[in-house]
Amino acid sequence: MSTSAAVNPAASYTVRMKPRAMNSIGYIAYNTFREAVRDKVLYNLIAFALLISAAAILVGEISIDIERLVVVNLGLTAVSLFGVIIAIFIGIGLVSKEIDKRTLYTVLSRPVRRWEFVVGKFFGLTGTLVLNTLLMALGVMLSLLYVAHRFEKMDLWVLVALYFIVLQFLIVCALALFFSSFSTPIMSAVFSFALFVIGNLSADLHGFARSTPGVAGWFMTAVAYLVPNFSALNIINPVAHGDPVPGRLILYCTAYALLYSAVAISGAVLIFQRRNLK
Amino acid sequence: MNSTRRVNLAAAVVLCLSMAGAIATLYAVDRMRRPTVAQEALYVRSPTALRRMSLGYTGLLADIYWTRAVQYFGDQHHSETGDFRLLSPLLEVATELDPRLLPAYQFGANFLAPKPPGGAGLPGAALSLMKYGIANNPDQWRLYYDLGFLYYTEFKDYAKAADAFAQGARLPVTNEFMPILAARMAQHAGEFDTARMLWFTTYQSTKEASIRQNAVEHLIALKVDEDVTRLEQVVNKYREKNGRPPGSMGDLERAGFIRGTPVDPKGHPYWLMPDGRIEVQDPQNIYFITKGLPPGMAPPQPPRQKPASNTDSK
Repeated sequence: MSTSAAVNPAASYTVRMKPRAMNSIGYIAYNTFREAVRDKVLYNLIAFALLISAAAILVGEISIDIERLVVVNLGLTAVSLFGVIIAIFIGIGLVSKEIDKRTLYTVLSRPVRRWEFVVGKFFGLTGTLVLNTLLMALGVMLSLLYVAHRFEKMDLWVLVALYFIVLQFLIVCALALFFSSFSTPIMSAVFSFALFVIGNLSADLHGFARSTPGVAGWFMTAVAYLVPNFSALNIINPVAHGDPVPGRLILYCTAYALLYSAVAISGAVLIFQRRNLK
Repeated sequence: MNSTRRVNLAAAVVLCLSMAGAIATLYAVDRMRRPTVAQEALYVRSPTALRRMSLGYTGLLADIYWTRAVQYFGDQHHSETGDFRLLSPLLEVATELDPRLLPAYQFGANFLAPKPPGGAGLPGAALSLMKYGIANNPDQWRLYYDLGFLYYTEFKDYAKAADAFAQGARLPVTNEFMPILAARMAQHAGEFDTARMLWFTTYQSTKEASIRQNAVEHLIALKVDEDVTRLEQVVNKYREKNGRPPGSMGDLERAGFIRGTPVDPKGHPYWLMPDGRIEVQDPQNIYFITKGLPPGMAPPQPPRQKPASNTDSK
């Protein structure tokens, strides 16, 4: 089902500018979410449940003293990878699918502006991923309970790590949407995944920049700061070892993810505004 | 201004401000997390596994691991932890992925063997690395030199050091000092001259800035150790001749034992102590010296500095 069906034109004409925009974004977001659910995106939860259950049961049989470590590492890595794959493969089709099906023209013929469409799509996809992550988080916590028989204080940091993974998803969704605003789905997937990989190596990029002298060093520093820094949002390993996460880091990382997502969404809006849809 | 232009302008402003904000925030995050990044883990230690994972791009992966080894050493050295436990596996992985990565062997010989804080304190690992390097690059005199250097400085095994230098000296492309070093090791004579020749060859045969600086500091220290030894011999001679120790350097000069006031390599005059010992004026700034120190002072180590880029070492 496309977005067009849910836009409420009557409401749009009767309310003032701001609520109208919020209404349009909300409707598009809601329909994007509903469409993703109907596309059976949440089926990945079955695979995740099987994986985490098997890990929780098997790890007790084959490992000594690292049951918690394995469950946290495997669980959080799976949450991250499943989410990123969903974010990329749904995100890249958000715009192109609407164009291919010609439903975009119907949506834009209503009092829905292009930027509202882009922002609504972003929130819809983000909502899908947040729900997906919440359900997977439940699986991780249940597995932890299964292997350790009780929750410990350091398990709180696992929730923080899950929150950081959601922050990663925000950026990935925004990037996928950005690329899909001007490129084909396949190329958007390639660009998004490449940036995700580069972003996960950004600690190394910063390292290269620090050890490279002169102009090349400046260039490397610029690249290191311009690409999305997913490694700063990856705290799986320290959390698996029970390391606490400073409150300031949570604050900064939240700000970073929101700001970087805003960059990509603004870019998508700018491109989409100029795009010839005829 | 129409609606589309307003939206474009707003989006452009949001983009610029958000980008600036994101960079500033990332800078703050980077500053917070840098110590933990320095304590990075080596997730895959098996070169065989890495070779398979590299899909044939072993050269690039070796370069990345070699760069990480240099960064790791620099970060750990800078952080004053004295913990270099990943240096050996990082160099091992880098050289097994690319056995012809000569700078990695050289780096290993210089920084794996010495005791912390100057190195990792793993002479056995350094020795294994050098033997692996020679097995894969038998025509590189520099590796024989590093092996001989290791035997001489860390193991005091003069016979094996002589053998390593002699093997390197027989190669078609070699260094002029190799046969001399082999002979000196065989004789085990002229401690200062031999050490000076070794460090000079190290300095001369590398482009790696941190290794060159290390060699320079050792050459300076050797000069001080040699000066102090010679001056204390002169003081003893003066005492034997006059029945009392000299009161100042001027006494030694007037007695014809020395010409002018002797100065250390940093330009500071040596101090003659009342008990006849010689001390340097600024012992904190002449690293690695074993003589000329105030009683009880340990040989000073260089300040914590990140090694310079490895890019000029290739």
